[in-house]
Amino acid sequence: MIEVKNVSYSYDSGNEVLHDISFTAGKGERIGLIGANGAGKSTLMKAMLGLIPFSGAIRLFGTEVRKDTLSEIRSRTGYVLQNSDHQMFMPKVYDDMMFAPRNYGLSEEETEQRIDRVLKQLNIEDLKYRYNHKISGGEKKMASIAVILVMEPELIIMDEPTASLDPRNRRKVINAVNSLDAGRIITSHDLDMIRETCDRVILLNEGRIEADGKAPEILSDKELLERCGLELPLSMQ
Amino acid sequence: MDRIDRAVNDLREMDELASGDSPVHHFSALAKLTVTVVYILTAVSFSPYDASGLLMMVFYPLMIFQITGIPFRTYLYKMRFVLPLVLFVGLFNPLFDRRVMLVLGGLKITGGMISMFTLMIKGMFCLSASFLLAATVRIDDLCAALRKIHMPDMIVTLLLLTYRYVSVLLDEASIMNEAYHLRAPGQKGIHVSAWGSFFGQLLLRSFDRAQELYESMRLRGYRGEFPYARAEKEKGRDFLYAAGWILFFVLCRYVNIPVLLGRLFVR
Ligand SMILES: Nc1ncnc2c1ncn2[C@@H]1O[C@H](COP(=O)(O)OP(=O)(O)OP(=O)(O)O)[C@@H](O)[C@H]1O
Ligand SMILES: [Mg+2]
Repeated sequence: MIEVKNVSYSYDSGNEVLHDISFTAGKGERIGLIGANGAGKSTLMKAMLGLIPFSGAIRLFGTEVRKDTLSEIRSRTGYVLQNSDHQMFMPKVYDDMMFAPRNYGLSEEETEQRIDRVLKQLNIEDLKYRYNHKISGGEKKMASIAVILVMEPELIIMDEPTASLDPRNRRKVINAVNSLDAGRIITSHDLDMIRETCDRVILLNEGRIEADGKAPEILSDKELLERCGLELPLSMQ
Repeated sequence: MDRIDRAVNDLREMDELASGDSPVHHFSALAKLTVTVVYILTAVSFSPYDASGLLMMVFYPLMIFQITGIPFRTYLYKMRFVLPLVLFVGLFNPLFDRRVMLVLGGLKITGGMISMFTLMIKGMFCLSASFLLAATVRIDDLCAALRKIHMPDMIVTLLLLTYRYVSVLLDEASIMNEAYHLRAPGQKGIHVSAWGSFFGQLLLRSFDRAQELYESMRLRGYRGEFPYARAEKEKGRDFLYAAGWILFFVLCRYVNIPVLLGRLFVR
């Protein structure tokens, strides 16, 4: 379902942020993308959604990521941004949840049902009619995840979904993510969360794939993780 | 609160007012837009010397304030920069037009005085009608209504995105302002030496944010046509609402109600 081939990218001329990245993943695969700050995780995600003009080739659902295929690819992919302030732009949480379904022409009744289901699943029904500028950072994070889930995407790309969440909300997000059948790519510095939600881990180091394999193996390789500026997950220490 | 924060707040407060739940809020955006436009056109078209007829028009904003429960104070506060200008417009009329129009207990009322008065009133009325429109219709619904009467999509989208962009800009300004003052305690305003970098940063940051927001919109299927709420179908009551008010405005304009009422009682 995901094919990334020889992808490179540099923001400014000169220093490359992604070097020759290649990997493939099957349908429904659950991938954790880890690496130190600045390793290039967010950049790789942006490339997959065609937000930056990378070199190389990426195919999602068998379709190449190109200008003219973006709308198809984006309609089947849900991307939770690292910064939820950037994700939410409507006055109320509800309006934001309505935005994508309206764009894709879903019926209002269907959308309403989905909204209620997602809010219930995340246990944030009380946020429905709240103003985006009047909810806390963590609540906004939960809302920004809800916004993505209404579209019932086939592939979910989440950039630090549990950063700034309290333990209970972190747990809710993990449970919600695990209840979905969709394939997923999750970045996080919360390696315990990666352990619980992903079977496969890709470890990035300075824009290169340092390791790619089964989650339990990589997440227990102390030497490898430390070489890449990370530490063993708490639960493995 | 700081000036910037207050500006952010002002804008958001309008959003909140507009999402209210009064009976007026439930009429369709198009009905309210029509009423507002007709109201303003009617108010402006009164002759400068027809003060008594014009005064009847106060009934509309008065009613809406009453029904929606929007405090008149809020209106005065939001309009604090514009109101003085409006009141200023007619200030010189009394100097130019000194014809005596009527005498009230020895006081000579000149044409200039009356026209100054009507001009101020017209300004006040138009402002309050626009304010009440903004306070009872959400910007998205207003844009949807504009699309319905075939306003070009370009213009409507521009209006909407400008509105959103201004709030992003103010937001960034408020965050930077806070960060600045946390590290420059006791300073009033931003020191001149930092203006250049402050505004440069502000511009860059708000571009960045606007860019991110735009990306976030595109990721969720935005392709240049804003997905407004399913355009509400105008119902009978919307027509009644609009027709009722328009009838009233026309009456005010062409029938001198105060005089009529007076005749009714004094034969
Ligand atoms: N807009 C930009 N312009 C120039 N360079 C950038 C930009 N965004 C990121 N970079 C650089 O690209 C590199 C990778 O950034 P990226 O955001 O992908 O890192 P990341 O792995 O997501 O890190 P983090 O864990 O901190 O989120 C960093 O060295 C960063 O300095
Ligand atoms: Mg990142």
